[in-house]
Amino acid sequence: MKLSELKQGQRATVVRVGGYGPFRIRLLEMGFLQGTEVYVEKYAPLKDPIELILKGYHVSLRVDEAARIQVENVRDEV
Amino acid sequence: MPKKSITIALAGNPNSGKSTVFNNLTGTRQKIGNWPGVTVEKKEGHLKANGYDLTVVDLPGTYSLTAYSIEEIVARNFILDEKPDLVVDIIDASNLERNLYLATQLRELDTKVIFVLNMADLVMDRGVKINADKLSELLDVPVVFTVGNRNKGTRELLKTIISVAEAEIELPRTRRVYYGKDIEKAIIELSQFIKEKTDTKLPYHLRWVAIKLLENDKIVKERVSQAGNPQGEAILHEAELQRLRLREFFDEEPEIIMTDHRYGFIAGIVKEVLKTVSERRVDVSRQIDQVLTNRLLGLPIFVFFIWAMFQLTFSLGTYPMNWIDSGVGWLGQSTGQILPEGLFRDLIVDGVIGGVGSVAIFLPNILILFFCIALFEDTGYMARAAFLMDKVMHLIGLHGKSFIPMLMGFGCNAPAIMATRTLESEKDRILTILINPLMSCSARLPVYILLAGTFFGAKAGNAIFSIYALGVVLALLVGRLFRSTFLRGKVAPFVMELPPYRAPMLKGLLIHMWDRSKIFLKKMGGVILIGSVVVWFLSSFPREVQLSKDYESEVAALSAHYGAHIAAVQGDRIEKLVRERDQAVTALEAQKAKERVENSYIGHLGKSLAPIFGPIGMDWRGSVAMLTGFVAKEIVVSTMGVLYAVGAEEDEKSEALKLALKKSGMTPLSAYAMMAFVLIYVPCLATVAVIRRETNSWKWAAFSIIYSTILAWFVAFVIYQGGKAIGLV
Repeated sequence: MKLSELKQGQRATVVRVGGYGPFRIRLLEMGFLQGTEVYVEKYAPLKDPIELILKGYHVSLRVDEAARIQVENVRDEV
Repeated sequence: MPKKSITIALAGNPNSGKSTVFNNLTGTRQKIGNWPGVTVEKKEGHLKANGYDLTVVDLPGTYSLTAYSIEEIVARNFILDEKPDLVVDIIDASNLERNLYLATQLRELDTKVIFVLNMADLVMDRGVKINADKLSELLDVPVVFTVGNRNKGTRELLKTIISVAEAEIELPRTRRVYYGKDIEKAIIELSQFIKEKTDTKLPYHLRWVAIKLLENDKIVKERVSQAGNPQGEAILHEAELQRLRLREFFDEEPEIIMTDHRYGFIAGIVKEVLKTVSERRVDVSRQIDQVLTNRLLGLPIFVFFIWAMFQLTFSLGTYPMNWIDSGVGWLGQSTGQILPEGLFRDLIVDGVIGGVGSVAIFLPNILILFFCIALFEDTGYMARAAFLMDKVMHLIGLHGKSFIPMLMGFGCNAPAIMATRTLESEKDRILTILINPLMSCSARLPVYILLAGTFFGAKAGNAIFSIYALGVVLALLVGRLFRSTFLRGKVAPFVMELPPYRAPMLKGLLIHMWDRSKIFLKKMGGVILIGSVVVWFLSSFPREVQLSKDYESEVAALSAHYGAHIAAVQGDRIEKLVRERDQAVTALEAQKAKERVENSYIGHLGKSLAPIFGPIGMDWRGSVAMLTGFVAKEIVVSTMGVLYAVGAEEDEKSEALKLALKKSGMTPLSAYAMMAFVLIYVPCLATVAVIRRETNSWKWAAFSIIYSTILAWFVAFVIYQGGKAIGLV
């Protein structure tokens, strides 16, 4: 599943960051590694970008950037 | 004891509190400039401690040391080439894992490092404990705790800096990132290969070079092949072979695997040094964001903040503006009285004091505006603004962060263009800079008020608003056009941290505000000075012009005439006559001033340009006013005052000038075309100077002048001729 398909309040585990080159490395350096937990905090009022929480900090990504991140084990926060 | 000097580089993630630590260390003794050749801000500060002269260089905030962004390249090159005695890495303790990524990369470089765990108090609040001794032991690096915003730990940090810098011993490198069997083998083989191939030692740590080559780092590759090293090609070839082997083995780029290993190494450390002692407490920052970036409330609140910023800037700013205005007026007058009449006095009073005064008057606005911006930045709200507005800015292919500079443009384009420094991508910056002058700045408002007030009566407000809207629409169109032509390129990825909200420190805010205002004053002062003198020269020369009448003798005759009358009457009549006489003299002098300007170089220039301005509904007086508006757009109003011969010192509210304009043959349509022209054409001199400075090139400054003027003419032409064609007047 793509990270961009998650709804607000859902949690998932990163499988793989797709795409090429520097952007991909940048995402990895920011902590989007395989096995990392990501939580969708909210979407911006205009539906783009997304605010995520990972490794204890908040980061925002555009929806089409989040679409390059494959996730699994999607679950609703309890 | 002879003085010794130490150079320290401050490294760290954005939002790690780096600038607070920098301010604590150096106080206000800072120097701000640009890194050579790039438009990244460089800050440097000095202090003395224990008989040492310390130079602290604030490196750009980065998440990593790959050659991904210009900031990273600048930071890395400084450490590699300038070889500071010590690198101090500021680590946000509340965000240990990600901050340690940069830390591990710094340790791989051949340099002494100290880690500073900043904002450890926040971590404690969250019920987490960090074992600094353990961290120090695991990484072989001294660790100091600081709380930047309470100025705690600064003294201990200084002590550690000096003792580490003094120590001659090589720091042990036992604990390093282990990249796994296969990559380690490649690193060792490649290091060995490099060592054999190069007689003279490479200037950098061997293992580091090998790692970077395996990561396909373009800058290191360039250096290896240059480095005066005949074997460069062979080394690069060997590195490529190793990369190929690894890629085949992992079915993945080696640099990805290596990033993974670094984080693995970090995870191990974090596990050992972090201890959760109590249940996590409430996250205040997150709760604030439930409101400030709320789906429904987020945008209205944002609009309110911006509105408040403008109110503060322009309402509160009016008072000191008036003081400065009267101060400049007084200075001009008293200087005028001291100096003997003549060319020199005119130059000083009209050229220098008048010109520079017209810029100095904006200082209060600029100070307040920058204070608000600093407040947004230091609290962390700026990132939220970008988060909220990214979708809108994305329409013209810009980053959400571009929104704030665009908005500031409504105040004054010069500081707004300086505010583009927060943008990471060079192309984004240039694009934001180029379209910024289309945001109608406050200096253009007096022109609109005069013209709309004269020709649109009760609808003046709507007319002015539509001009502002025209600017915004043009900015969107031009932005798209530029983005799809010569500024093409990938839109910068958005990946942006939303740091926790922090209470700003007054000291930090003031330093922030003053630094930028200082740049404005210093640089702009000089350019404005020259520009004002040039315009003064063009409008006061040639001195000997053929006037239609002998004004001096007419004034004398007039005075004599009234003098005789005044002597003959008594009481109230004297006063009345004196007033009449003064009015007559003023009218004559205004006539003379008009003729002077008409016959000056700028007048001739305006007249020769009249054919160009004709199709957009302006006569020669309009074109002269536009020419003088290059110095500062509000000057258009006072030039018109002179040219329509209603006496000097006219402002936009002057009834006499309005009357004169109405009689001059201008129509609402030509006035509107003129307003549009004033909106778009050449940014003022100060703005052009800032564009030149911020883009580091005359090319962009010239381009900005040319494109805006052509666009202005074209738009005014469409308005004027189009309006005429559909029967408007």
